[in-house]
Amino acid sequence: MSNAASATMERGTSGFGVYNMKLGMWVFLLSEVMFFTGLIGAYIILRFARPEQFAQPGAVLNVPLTAGNTFLLICSSMTMVKAFAEIERGNQKGLKLYLVLTALIGMMFVGVQAIEYYKLAHEGFVPLAKLYAAHGRHGAEGAVLGGPLYGATFYTMTGFHGTHVSIGVACLWFTVYKAFKGGYTKENYGGVESMGLYWHFVDLVWIILFTIVYLI
Amino acid sequence: MEANAAQEHGPAHASPNYLLIWVVLAVLTMAEVGVAFLAHIPKRVLVLILVGLAVWKALLVAMYYMHLKFEPRRLWLITAAPLPLAVILVVIVLAEKW
Repeated sequence: MSNAASATMERGTSGFGVYNMKLGMWVFLLSEVMFFTGLIGAYIILRFARPEQFAQPGAVLNVPLTAGNTFLLICSSMTMVKAFAEIERGNQKGLKLYLVLTALIGMMFVGVQAIEYYKLAHEGFVPLAKLYAAHGRHGAEGAVLGGPLYGATFYTMTGFHGTHVSIGVACLWFTVYKAFKGGYTKENYGGVESMGLYWHFVDLVWIILFTIVYLI
Repeated sequence: MEANAAQEHGPAHASPNYLLIWVVLAVLTMAEVGVAFLAHIPKRVLVLILVGLAVWKALLVAMYYMHLKFEPRRLWLITAAPLPLAVILVVIVLAEKW
C-alpha cells in the first residue's frame, strides 16, 4: 500500500460527510455528554433527596469569582475558533497567536479554580465527610453552609471538569508546538479543528455546570 | 496526503461573526448572575430562566463555535443521539420530586 493510499485510509472521509478524525472526536464528545449527564443527574438526585445539605448560591461559593472564570473560558473559546478561522485562511501567524492565547487563558482558568479550591478548603468546605467533621462542619448547619454531600458533589463535578480543562491545556500546548513546526496548513488543519471541538465542548459543559452548581 | 486533505474537509462553511457571539455569551453570563440573585422571583421560575439561558449559551457554542450549524445533517443524527437519554434521565429524576 502506498503512503498516499495509507494516508487516505487514515484520514479519509466517513459516511457521515466529515473526515474520520473529526467524526471520531464527535463520537468521543458524545460519550462525554453521557458522562457529565450521569454526574449532573446524580447531583440532582442528591440535592432533592437531602436539600438541607446544599447551600444557597453565594452562601459558600464565590459566585463573582467563578463568573469571571466562566468569562475567561468563553474568551478562550473565542480565541480557539479564531485560531481555526486563521488556519482555514492559511494565516500561520494568526493561528499561532490565537492558539497561544487559548492555552494561556485555559491555564488561567485552571489557576483560578485552584485558588477557589484553596480558599474553600481553608474555610472548611471540603470534599470528604470525615474532613467535614474534622473542620467542625456538619449537616445540621447545612441550610446555610451546606453539608458533606454538597462538598462531595461540588468537587466531583468541578474536579472532573477541571481535569478535562487541564488535559485540554496540555493538548493545546502540543498543538501550539506542532503549529510552530509548520504542522498545519490551509489544506491540512484537522488537528486544529479537532482540538477546537474538544475545547468548545469543555466550555459548553462549564456553561451548564456553572448554572447548576453555582446559580441554582 | 496534503492534496487529499482539502477534499476530506469538504466545502468551506460560512464564517459566523465570532466576536458578536462572544459578546452575546458574555452578556448572557452577566444576565444569569444578575437573575440568580433576584430574591423576589419564585424558585421554579428562576430555575426555568437560568436553565433556559444556559441552554441558549450552550446552543450558541455548539452551533457557531463548533460549527454544527454548517455540518452535514447526518452528523446531526450522531450529535442528537445521547440527548434523548440525557433528557429522560433528568425528567425522571425531576418527576420524583414533583
